[in-house]
Amino acid sequence: MENKPIVTCAGDQNLFTALYGSLTQQLPREPMEWRRSYGRAPKMIYLEANFVQFKEELLPKEGNKALLTFPFLHIYWTDCCDTEVYKASVKEDMQRWQAALRLHGSVDWLIAVVESDNKKKNKTNILPRTSIVDKIRNDFCNKQSDRCVSLCDPLKESSRSQESWSSFLMKLRTLLLMSFTRNLGRFEDDMRTLREKRTEPGWSFCDYFMVQEELAFVFEMLQQFEEALVQYDELDALFTQYVLNFGAGDGANWLGSFCQPVRSWNGLLLRRPIDMEKRDLIQRGEASLLDLRSYLFSRQCTLLIFLQRPWEVTARALELLHNCVQELRLLEVSVVSGALDCWVFLSCLEVLHRIEGCCDRSQLEANSSHTVGLWTYATEKLRSLGDLCGLVSENGPNSEDLNKTVDLLAGLGAERPETVNSPQSPYKKLKEALSSVEAFEKHYLELSHAAMEMYRAIGRLRSARLLGKSLAEFYMRKGDPQSAENFLLDSLKSYVSESWSLPLTHTRKQIAECQKQLQKMDEYLQTSALLASDTNLSDEERRHFCQEILTFASQTAEDARVALSMSSVTRLQELCFRPSSALVHVSAALLLELRLCSLMPVPVTLEHISASIHFTEEQPGSTAQKRAAQNPDGTVTFPAASPASASALELCEMLEHSPSDNTLSSAGLACRNMHLLMRRNDSATSLDTPNTALTALALEDGAQMLRASDVTLSPGNNSIVFTSQKPGVYTLRQLCATLGRVQLVLPHLYPVVQYEVYSQEPQLSIQPLTEHLLAGLPQQVKFTILTGHYSVKKGDALQLSNTDSMPVLHSSTRSARILSSSAELVAESALSIQSSEKVTSISLPVTPPYHTLEFLLDVLCHIPSCPARMESELPQKQLWLQQSGCRVSVDCPWSIYSTLVSLTFHVPFKVKHSLLSVGRRKFIQVCLQNVSDTNFRLTNQTLTENQHTPSLEQQCVFSVWELRWSGVSPVSLHCEFSASFAPADAPDAALKPYRYHFTLERVSTLLSVCAEIRPAEGEQDCRTGALCRLEVSLTRLSEPSDSDEEYSDTDGLRTTRLLYEVIDNNSNWAVCGKSSGVVSMPVAAMATHKVHMEVMPLFAGHLPFPSIRLFKYLPHHASPVIPPDTDSCLENDSLSLDDQAETASLRSRGSVQSLGSGESAQPRGPMPKRQAFGPGQVFNGTQGQQVLVLPAADHHLMEVNVT
Amino acid sequence: FLICVAIRANYPLYIRSVPTQGELKFHYTVHTSLDVVEEKISGVGKALADQRELYLGLLYPTEDYKVYGYVTNSKVKFVIVVDSSNTSLRDNEIRSMFRKLHNSFTDVMCNPFYNPGDPIQSKAFDSIVSTMMVQAC
Repeated sequence: MENKPIVTCAGDQNLFTALYGSLTQQLPREPMEWRRSYGRAPKMIYLEANFVQFKEELLPKEGNKALLTFPFLHIYWTDCCDTEVYKASVKEDMQRWQAALRLHGSVDWLIAVVESDNKKKNKTNILPRTSIVDKIRNDFCNKQSDRCVSLCDPLKESSRSQESWSSFLMKLRTLLLMSFTRNLGRFEDDMRTLREKRTEPGWSFCDYFMVQEELAFVFEMLQQFEEALVQYDELDALFTQYVLNFGAGDGANWLGSFCQPVRSWNGLLLRRPIDMEKRDLIQRGEASLLDLRSYLFSRQCTLLIFLQRPWEVTARALELLHNCVQELRLLEVSVVSGALDCWVFLSCLEVLHRIEGCCDRSQLEANSSHTVGLWTYATEKLRSLGDLCGLVSENGPNSEDLNKTVDLLAGLGAERPETVNSPQSPYKKLKEALSSVEAFEKHYLELSHAAMEMYRAIGRLRSARLLGKSLAEFYMRKGDPQSAENFLLDSLKSYVSESWSLPLTHTRKQIAECQKQLQKMDEYLQTSALLASDTNLSDEERRHFCQEILTFASQTAEDARVALSMSSVTRLQELCFRPSSALVHVSAALLLELRLCSLMPVPVTLEHISASIHFTEEQPGSTAQKRAAQNPDGTVTFPAASPASASALELCEMLEHSPSDNTLSSAGLACRNMHLLMRRNDSATSLDTPNTALTALALEDGAQMLRASDVTLSPGNNSIVFTSQKPGVYTLRQLCATLGRVQLVLPHLYPVVQYEVYSQEPQLSIQPLTEHLLAGLPQQVKFTILTGHYSVKKGDALQLSNTDSMPVLHSSTRSARILSSSAELVAESALSIQSSEKVTSISLPVTPPYHTLEFLLDVLCHIPSCPARMESELPQKQLWLQQSGCRVSVDCPWSIYSTLVSLTFHVPFKVKHSLLSVGRRKFIQVCLQNVSDTNFRLTNQTLTENQHTPSLEQQCVFSVWELRWSGVSPVSLHCEFSASFAPADAPDAALKPYRYHFTLERVSTLLSVCAEIRPAEGEQDCRTGALCRLEVSLTRLSEPSDSDEEYSDTDGLRTTRLLYEVIDNNSNWAVCGKSSGVVSMPVAAMATHKVHMEVMPLFAGHLPFPSIRLFKYLPHHASPVIPPDTDSCLENDSLSLDDQAETASLRSRGSVQSLGSGESAQPRGPMPKRQAFGPGQVFNGTQGQQVLVLPAADHHLMEVNVT
Repeated sequence: FLICVAIRANYPLYIRSVPTQGELKFHYTVHTSLDVVEEKISGVGKALADQRELYLGLLYPTEDYKVYGYVTNSKVKFVIVVDSSNTSLRDNEIRSMFRKLHNSFTDVMCNPFYNPGDPIQSKAFDSIVSTMMVQAC
């Protein structure tokens, strides 16, 4: 910048010339603080000055506001040291100078007096140095003594000279700044006043512009670029506001000049510091809007570059260009179409060139985010120019286009001299680009690629793709679909991955066009399919694309079929199994209903739809967990595929049971697709994820298919019926719809859909109709045949091998029911049963597989003859005393092996018998107990003739017979009890016999026991607490048989030893003294032995006698061999005796048992042993006998309280 | 005219423009503006002081319209596109519009029946946008 503040020099010119060099050098060496008015921050500035000789013309005239040429300081130089000379000439000269200054109102002056020692030495009559300075001060500087400075020996290198220099410079700077502050302040005030007048009618923006620019210039001159920029920005804002106000209807008159039609559009010019041409136009008020803007921006640009802020230039440039276009529109300035495009294009390139000029390459690359906008804008504009001038077409421009081009080029004018020599100037580029189609293409591609490259470099992929897309459009216009395709596919990717539907549709449409031109039929059809189902398109367009597919499909050609993704045209919504379990047996029908929502605009008739299935030979039923997606009602709902829902949580229930007791230990939710969700969602990578859905359409050559033919695919349902073959698990893999040459393929089905086919072996089961089968009565059993995979043919029969215990009863008509697998009655048919000696053959009706055949059969199980053992051996709790298992062997037609079926019959009765004795008379009691749930009629109980017919309702019937025999009593009696019975509720039913065999042994009575209780001597009655005499007499009634008793021969007398025992269990009696003892009983009839004891009654009343028991006593030295027949019934017989005949209590039984068990547990030692008699061998006469016991003497008081 | 968009993870949740003609161009513009939004977000991440400022300001000017951006703390992006000639809308107005959008969006998200990621179909949100559009035009 050549401009510097002007400082005039008057006085001794030679002196000044001598000092000029060091002065200009030293002035800017140190900064000064500049304090500003209006509270602006103080600044440190380096001052420079342009020292010129003083002339009166330099002084500004009244009203001249020019600041650039304004002399800020006037210096008068003199080296006069002689008072005489001073008085003679110098003073006068100075006065003249002062007068001239005063005339122009300038107060910024300085008188510099240079002193040198040389001069002093030469002159003798010199005044003291100070005096001349004082004189000058006195003459000129009243009150402003600082306006006169002295400079000592300025040309010498001495410390004194240095000092005086620095103080002089200091003074100079201070005065300069003071002058600046004063003059600029005044100027600014004037300027503000002018600005305030802007609402007045005659106000002109251009004039004001020039004024404020003057200020800017001064700031620039003072190196205050920031300040200068502020001035321009203020102007910019002011102008912008005026334009906006104009748009709002508030037009200023002066704006009229800016509304003139645009005639020149030669772009920005940034190579000159000041574009004087444009400045002149503005000064003259002839500038157009573009001129003003261009000039303003060029100044701003210059200052910004001074300020080292080139990136702001680019941002401002873009803003400016947009703004200008807007403003022209707003001001309704008429512009030749394309002119603005030219202007913008040139300007963009000019700015870029300017920036490139002041930055190195690496800086440029690092800041391409700032420049890329301009590149793009330039590209766009060139493109629209190309469109306008017919350069983007296959045929090239026509004459009209050429005319336009000529007009546009004319508006560019001549190239500016600055760029004439540069081969890459924007002007040349534009001219060349508009000159021919080829050149245009070259330049356009160059720009596009540069911009795209930059976008990629800074990671703005979407912007790059958008540019690529417009490049593709260009290629399409040029008829070069090959080059366009990649760009389109690239941009499609980002729209797909980010699901922007409208751009997606639009791009896809372009791709369709491109693919059609390229004859890429597969891709074209795929795209068409997607477009046909695209709701963003109009019905007409959709129909068009649908028709494209149908037309292709109907063509007959040899080449391979085309597989398209089914998901583009249809959506699989639901899949439904009938039966709902998706589990069928072999050869059963499985109905699979697909709900497909067709997205096509028109109904499409498909030749067939097939679903390929994958077969695994798994055991059906093992995959129950896998089919979690299948609802219990057999439907599978497919989620609508959308990128948003794909990332939804897939939650499943988690219940954990503890392994020990199967209680719930934890419950929770688990996310099954966590790996997908937790993946870092990087937007940059998500843009680049390849969309493989279009390519992976491999059609599986599954051998197995489900197939439905001639389906019209209008939005609705399709059902496919399919018969399965092999048992196993089938998984649906693909769907494929065939439409002429076109196949629509759904490559994967998710969630996994499976159905199972199983095979079942035929099964026969025989079950009782009632809860228990009863023996002895005809019973119905149910035969159930699950046919499984076997189909029962005519003539098939079941062969039952007969057993004696269980004959099959014939009945006139039996019918069999045939049920389907879902338990529906299919048919009922008669059953014929033939019976031969060994087998019963049941011919079965014809039954299809997987059906159930049911029929009933009557069988009878004979009651087995009772075992001889006494039933009392069995524990009481067991209700069913007798069971009869019957095994039936059945030969089935489907198997070579016989089926063994086991049936259990229960005997409905329980029989007990007992022998009762009264002295020598004997009675037999038979107790028949019904243990079944059925009521029976009972007749013909025989042992004796007894004809009454008791009814047996789960109760006991007791029958008693007396035994009589003549002669010697038999040792054992074999008896048979027989009765007839029939169910009580069926009176006409035949009576069934029931027989019961039993054997009684040792029937005759050997001994009888009598007892008597008498009061004590001298007493009449027995009294409680008084001892009574108990006399027990044992009498042998008959001689025992040989084997019956143990004899001991003592003193020639055959005796048996008997153990007696007196126990009172009811605590009625206290047995005093010995309660048991051993007696020897002579073996002779009617031998009697008496035992006396003392007992004491404990209660009053009729007391039963204490029980007296009798045992055989076997001494320890006796033969250890015990007859086996008696041994076994030793304890048990005694027990049964207790039960039946005696009112023995549990306690006594317990003692007997423990004794017995103790013996049996020990090895046979030398212990005496007792043995019970058989039932009926001992007759106890005391049973049921009572004795009256009176209370003790009545000396007790009884208190009776009556209330 | 005005166009409002709510974007989550670069998927448009809500996009509406008035007038509807030329909608396609706006969609393209908004989609492209995501580049700048992302650039700004990553820039904001670096400058800690700016982290609380959700308003991203003018994303980029074009000849015909201005694109403004706003990003919530959960990185939901809002974009408003305004006609360049619409000078009544200053930075402050745009800022308050974004704040309104954000509030309404928060309400939508609080709806337990709203499935995050689905397009916004809330009538309340729609009416907020409508009133904003009416005011702006």
